[in-house]
Amino acid sequence: MKTLHMIIDGKEIQAEEGATLLQVARKEGISIPTLCEHHELSPYGACRLCSVEIVKGGRTKVVASCVYPAEEGLVVNTATPRIQKIRVIILELLLASSPKGEVEKLAAEYGADSGKFAKELTFCILCGLCVRYCQEVKGEGALGFIGRGVERQVVYYPHLAKESCLKCDQKCVSLCPTCILPNIFGLAIPAFDKTYPTVYPVRLLDENNLFNLSNTIK
Amino acid sequence: MVRKIKAPKDLSKLKETLLAKRNVVKSRVVVCGGTGCLAYGSKKVFELFKEEIDRHNLFAEVELKNSGCHGFCENGVVVLLFPQEICYLRVRVEDVAEIVSSTLIKKEIITRLLFQDLNSGERIAKEAEIPFYKHQSQLVFGSNRFIDPKEINDYIAIGGYEALAKVLEEMTPQEVIEEVKKANVRGRGGGGFPAGIKWETTRQAPGEIKYAVVNCDEGDPGAYMDRSIMEGNPHRVLEGLIINAYAIGASEGFIYIRQEYPLATENTLHAISQAQEYGLLGKNILGSSFHFSVTVHRGAGAFVSGESSALMAAIEGRVGQPRPKYTRTAVSGIWGRPSNLNNVETLANIPLVINRGADWYSSIGTENSKGTKIFSLVGNVNNTGLVEVPMGTTIREIVYDIGGGIPGGKEFKAVQIGGPSGGCIPQQFLDMPIDFDEFSKVGAMMGSGGMIVMDEETCMVDVARYFLDFLAEESCGKCVPCREGIKQLLAILQRISRGEGNEGDLSVLEELADVISDASLCALGQTAANPVLTAIKYFREEYLAHILEKRCPTKVCQGLITYFIDPEKCRGCGACLKNCPSEAIDGDRRQIHVILQDKCIKCGICADVCPEKFHAVRKLSGEPVPAVPLNREICRGEN
Ligand SMILES: Cc1cc2nc3c(=O)[nH]c(=O)nc-3n(C[C@H](O)[C@H](O)[C@H](O)COP(=O)(O)O)c2cc1C
Ligand code: SF4
Ligand code: SF4
Ligand code: FES
Repeated sequence: MKTLHMIIDGKEIQAEEGATLLQVARKEGISIPTLCEHHELSPYGACRLCSVEIVKGGRTKVVASCVYPAEEGLVVNTATPRIQKIRVIILELLLASSPKGEVEKLAAEYGADSGKFAKELTFCILCGLCVRYCQEVKGEGALGFIGRGVERQVVYYPHLAKESCLKCDQKCVSLCPTCILPNIFGLAIPAFDKTYPTVYPVRLLDENNLFNLSNTIK
Repeated sequence: MVRKIKAPKDLSKLKETLLAKRNVVKSRVVVCGGTGCLAYGSKKVFELFKEEIDRHNLFAEVELKNSGCHGFCENGVVVLLFPQEICYLRVRVEDVAEIVSSTLIKKEIITRLLFQDLNSGERIAKEAEIPFYKHQSQLVFGSNRFIDPKEINDYIAIGGYEALAKVLEEMTPQEVIEEVKKANVRGRGGGGFPAGIKWETTRQAPGEIKYAVVNCDEGDPGAYMDRSIMEGNPHRVLEGLIINAYAIGASEGFIYIRQEYPLATENTLHAISQAQEYGLLGKNILGSSFHFSVTVHRGAGAFVSGESSALMAAIEGRVGQPRPKYTRTAVSGIWGRPSNLNNVETLANIPLVINRGADWYSSIGTENSKGTKIFSLVGNVNNTGLVEVPMGTTIREIVYDIGGGIPGGKEFKAVQIGGPSGGCIPQQFLDMPIDFDEFSKVGAMMGSGGMIVMDEETCMVDVARYFLDFLAEESCGKCVPCREGIKQLLAILQRISRGEGNEGDLSVLEELADVISDASLCALGQTAANPVLTAIKYFREEYLAHILEKRCPTKVCQGLITYFIDPEKCRGCGACLKNCPSEAIDGDRRQIHVILQDKCIKCGICADVCPEKFHAVRKLSGEPVPAVPLNREICRGEN
């Protein structure tokens, strides 16, 4: 394995080829916030909270550190004003839909304003941790995404869930950085068996669940 | 029985034979069969021509051709007559018999079918003299009119596949790449990336197997240049692709065509099988040691699947969703193998570069933008359609010389260039040349070539809202800045257009737009804020009017307008009252009519039905509705 030389936040460091910038930074004790990253799962690059600035060929660029590979001679800055701004706005955007769990914690840390954007609660940030856990670690496909753009959402497939979820460690639940999965999964499990005999995907957040959630979680 | 062409010299022989055959024919009738003209009934027109030509026993001397799109689609069905080069527009089945008996037989021109200049009223017979065509330079698109897209011989007769023959006979792959680099062909699909450099990266990337890929996803609303090339001249794209494959060292390729383009798919599949029969695809192309085969992949119809990594995921059979792309697809694309992706129009330029040389090609255009660009010219402009101009042509020339100016004598306000993530370019840049870098400098982009002309009555808040609406649905939804950011940009604009904007909105819009551009995963998100940013930048006053004065200067935003009947002008005819769907108008015969504002749904029907001579219904914005006069009687005899 080749050793690479880089500068992170002004410090000269060595990194292994093949590592991501996030891994390199963490090894150096630099903390970078993440929401869609998990060491057991493939990098996904969706929350963009881990954005950092790199300087390459004299030009500065924002990249997602969880997917960007370490490179010889790269200069990385993990906490410039531009990066802090990106993180605050991303958290403010997330607060509008999922003001609980990890989002809430990070928002407090970064001083994100929960009233900046119009609220529409979904309690899911579409980080894909649950979906990837189910697919990559368990080799099942009980959870998935449907829809695109603002319509995108997590669903479960009852005919698969019926088979796989009951015999699974259900760790997807504890990976969820918001509160949706822990709160909904319990509700959904009993339904796997009887109510949905079809192969159609079922939304975790049907009107009923969302209503219950909005009332119980303030 | 087709015989395989086994060597470049056989291709030239075939061309000569075809040309000799052609010379026997005295005149030729070309009926456009592009999608626009098809919608106006060109299939029927073509059939009728066939019958009429038969009936008059003209088949020996008249050749009848079905062709791809000529670009002047709003005037379909377009019919050309050679050798006189007469162009008949808006031809209908009723006209066919007369065209044959008058023009073909008696050599008389039918005036009513000719182009008419809107200003002078003058009729123009020759196609090349019609202003719409006269100011164009159709280097890529022009041959459509000489080709039946289903007939490979038509393409060969005008020199088709000669560039391929030249490449295989005389040039090494590296020489091809050098030529394309020297010509500085830049990608026509959006980014303007230099094609030669991409080809070189793919060639040099490690790996035995490489892929050559064509992007015919064309998802920009209103754009159809790639479709028209693919439908009208599929062999030209195929030739470009085969040359590309030779240069990068690929023996397999894909043409990705969007689901909504059945005719393009049909013609491409047909072209591929013809090229195979002729030995232009498959093993030992033109007798050389080069092999190449190509598969058509039909897209699933999402705008984002036109993005390179999403497109390649779709070809692999996965969901067409962008992936983080810090290794370029030229190095690791389809199934992790080096894959070169080019746009349809980019590849259609390649035969030209090879045949006429990089020096000739790069003599056209500006310093850093070479050759021509095809635009889809739409909106508030007299002549709409596909136009091909040399880079460096000004926007003014396109809008006024080719497009014939703004209808109804209205003022030009802006032109939206570059598709949904392009930008609005205002009046002060009318003399800006068509150039990749000039466009980026003002916050727009070349994109794939959408060009929407907007007149003085267009509201720039509404325009930005329209494009964001599109993007909110078309974002794949994977990453937060794009999915949530666009949603919030849109929500703010909707508030502003309802009259609920507040002072801080512009800075929130700008700050959010910056983050979306910086932090989104793919180019869709990275460019999504362009329409809003350019609109705010060049039309700030208009945004402020909406926000601070609750006034929509162009009176477009429904939430900011009221309808009002001018008591001085109302003659009590009752047309508005009868037609209002919401019973929001009060009045009686001979009485001034009044709109009950709380019932009005702002459909504008009253304004439409109020007789021209009274013209009493007005739109107001940002001003109070004047009080109703106490005496609403209209004096007799005044009418
Ligand atoms: C959201 C999105 C949609 C795109 N759609 C298209 C398209 O429909 N056609 C196209 O040729 N390029 C499209 N592109 C650009 C492609 O990613 C790619 O740059 C292009 O096909 C490369 O070819 P070129 O260099 O010849 O332009 C799109 C890019 C993005 C980000
Ligand atoms: S349910 Fe939870 S883990 Fe799954 S995508 Fe949504 S936020 Fe992520
Ligand atoms: S920028 Fe938009 S389209 Fe691209 S990956 Fe992110 S959500 Fe999907
Ligand atoms: S942790 Fe990198 S994008 Fe989410």
